[in-house]
Amino acid sequence: MSKTVDINEQHVTRVEGHGNIRVRASDGAVEQVEWQVPEAPRFFEAMVRGRDYQDIQTIVSRICGICSVTHSLAAIKAIEAAMGISVSEQTDKLRILTHYGEQLESHSLHVGYLVAPDLLGVNSVLPLVESHPDVVKTIIRIHRLGNDWMELLGGRRTHPVTLRPGGFGKLPRESELKKLRNDLENIIPDLKTVAQVIGDLAPKLPAFNRDTEYISLLNEGEYSFYHGRIASTDTEETKDVDEFESVVNEYVSPQSTAKWTRWHRDAYAVGALARFNLNAEELKPLAKETAQNLGLTQGCCNPFMNNVAQVVECVQVVEHGIELLDDVLSQGIEEEVPAPKPAPGTGVGCVEAPRGILFHKYSFDEHGVCQGGNICIPTNQNHANIQKDFESFVPQIIDRDQEEVRLLLEMLVRSYDPCISCSTHYLNVDFV
Amino acid sequence: MDKPTVGIFDFACCEGCQLQIVNMEEELLDLVSVINPVQWREGSSDKAERVDIAIVEGSITRAEDEEHAHDIRSRAGIVIAIGACATFGGVNKLKNNFDLAEVKQYVYGDSARMHHLNTQPTKGINEVIHVDYNIQGCPMNEKEFSYAVRCLAKGVEPVIPNHPVCVECKMRGNVCRYEYNEICLGPLTRAGCNAPCPTGGFWCFGCRGWVDNPNTDAARDIMDYYGLTVEQLKGKMRLFNSKQEHTDE
Repeated sequence: MSKTVDINEQHVTRVEGHGNIRVRASDGAVEQVEWQVPEAPRFFEAMVRGRDYQDIQTIVSRICGICSVTHSLAAIKAIEAAMGISVSEQTDKLRILTHYGEQLESHSLHVGYLVAPDLLGVNSVLPLVESHPDVVKTIIRIHRLGNDWMELLGGRRTHPVTLRPGGFGKLPRESELKKLRNDLENIIPDLKTVAQVIGDLAPKLPAFNRDTEYISLLNEGEYSFYHGRIASTDTEETKDVDEFESVVNEYVSPQSTAKWTRWHRDAYAVGALARFNLNAEELKPLAKETAQNLGLTQGCCNPFMNNVAQVVECVQVVEHGIELLDDVLSQGIEEEVPAPKPAPGTGVGCVEAPRGILFHKYSFDEHGVCQGGNICIPTNQNHANIQKDFESFVPQIIDRDQEEVRLLLEMLVRSYDPCISCSTHYLNVDFV
Repeated sequence: MDKPTVGIFDFACCEGCQLQIVNMEEELLDLVSVINPVQWREGSSDKAERVDIAIVEGSITRAEDEEHAHDIRSRAGIVIAIGACATFGGVNKLKNNFDLAEVKQYVYGDSARMHHLNTQPTKGINEVIHVDYNIQGCPMNEKEFSYAVRCLAKGVEPVIPNHPVCVECKMRGNVCRYEYNEICLGPLTRAGCNAPCPTGGFWCFGCRGWVDNPNTDAARDIMDYYGLTVEQLKGKMRLFNSKQEHTDE
C-alpha cells in the first residue's frame, strides 16, 4: 500500500504542559517518530540557592500546580534528612493523608476530565455535561472531595502552607477529621460508579503491550506512596532513596528541554501502573476488587492501562485514608509546634507523585541556607519510555487513517498523565 | 449580546492557575453559560483564530514566547493575565538574581549550550504586551477570577482590592505572624485572597504583589519593633517579588 503520513502536532492538548508529536512515513515505511518536549525551562535547582531552608517548599511547590503537595513533601523530607530533624507519628500520618487528597484530586481530574473525552469521542469534558450529566457530576463530587481534603489538611487547595519541616504549622481539629472520614465513606458509591463507567469503556483502550521496566517505591506491608526503597520490576534488588542518582541516570536529549532517564534498559516507566505492578498485593480489599473487575493484573505492560490503575488508586487512597483517620482519631490530635533547628548537611526526599516517583535533594550550610539542589521529576522519567512506546506502537497503526494515528498517539501520551510543567512542559503531534 | 469567546493560553509556569479554573467545579459549568470557551489546550482539543477575551498564564522566558504573546495580543480583544508568573513574574524571577549562563550551566551541565535550552531573563506578560486586567496570586483565587470574567462578559469594570492582606487576616481573627518571630509580608501585599496562608499557620510571602503605594515606613517600624532588619524583610520580599519596585529600594 502506498501511504504517506505526516503528523506535526504542536502542543498536545488535554495534558499539563507542552509536548509535540512528530511522525513521518511514506509508502507505509516509518521514517521519523518523535516525542518532543519544548516546554520553557525554569531552572528551579539554581533558583533555590541562597534561600533559607524554610522557604524551599514554598519555591519548589511552584514546579507543579497539580502535584504541589507532593513537591512540598519531597522537599520537606529532604530538608529533614539533611538536618537530622525527626517528626512525630501523628505528623507522618497527617502528611500521608494530605498526600492522599492530592492523589484523589489529580487522578479524578485526569481520568474524568482529560481521558474520558477520548473514550467517549469528544474534544473536551464540556460536551459530556449535556450527553453524560450524571457521570460528570459524579466526577466533580470526587474531584471536589480531593480538593476539600487537601485544603483541610494543607491549608490551601494548591500550594499547601501547613506542611513545614518538623511538622504542621496548623493542625486540623478532630471534628473536621470526623467530617472528612464521613465524606470519604460517602464517596465510595461514586467511586464504584466511575469504576463501572471506566470498566465499560476500557475495551476502547488499545491492546498495545510492550515489555517495560517499571519503577516505584516499595515498603513492606503497604501500598506505598511515601515510605520505602526504590524498586524495579527488572530486579529483586532495591535501592535506598539516597542513591536515586544511580537509578535515574539523567541525560539531556536534543528532543527535549526536560532531562531523560534510564536504569536497567534504555527507558523505564513510573506512575500508577508502575506502583500497581510493584505493590498490588498490598491493595486494600475494595481496591483489589476494583482492579479485578477492571481486568488489571500485576505484570501489565499496556501503558493505556495506567488510566485504569489510577481508578484503582482512587479507591485505595479513600479506603486507606479512612483507616488512617480512624487511627488518628482513636489517639486524638496532640498539639505540636514544629521547632526545627537548622544544621549543615545534604538530604534526599522521595514521594510518589500521582504521576510517579519524585526525588528532591538539597544541601544546606550551618545557617540552613540552601547551597544547591537536584530534583528529578516523574514525567522526566517517562519521556524516554513514551519515545520507546511510540517507536513500537507507530508501525502497528501506521496503516490507519492519519487522524486516527494522531488521536491514538495523543491518547498514549495522555495515558502517562504527563506533567510537563514539572518536567518542564509538553505535548504536540507532528505528522510529517 | 452573544457570549464572548474566550481562549486560555499558557507560558512558563506550573499551570496551577488553570487548575483553579477546573477547581471551580460545578460553578465552571455555570460560567460557561455566559462565556464561550473556544481554545483551552489543557482542557480541550479545540483551537480558535480569534477570541474576545484571552486569559494568559505564565512568564515569558524565551524569544519564541514573546512572539507567541504578540500573536495572542493581535488575536484578542481583551487580555487578562492570571497568577503571579504572568502578572509580574513571580517565583520565576528568582532566576533574574543570578547570571543566566551560570544558571543554565548549573542545571544542564555540559549540555547547557544546546540551542533548545536557551533562556532569557524572566518577564511578566505586561513587560511584553499590553495587559488589560490582572488577576493576582499564586495560584490566583478562582472566585476573583470568576467575578472578573463575569464582569467583563457583561461589560462591567471589575474592582480588584487595593488594601493589604493584614485587613483580611485580622477579619479572620488570626494572631499576627510577627508574634511567632516570623517575617510576614501581609502589610505590603495586595489583599483579595482572604489570607489563607496566615490562617494556615504560615506567613504571607507576597504572591499577589504589592498594594499600590505600600506603606514602607510602617514596614520599617514593624522591623524595628520586632528587632528585625530591613535586609531580612527584603530577603523575604525577593521570594515572589524579585526585581520589582519597592523590593530592591
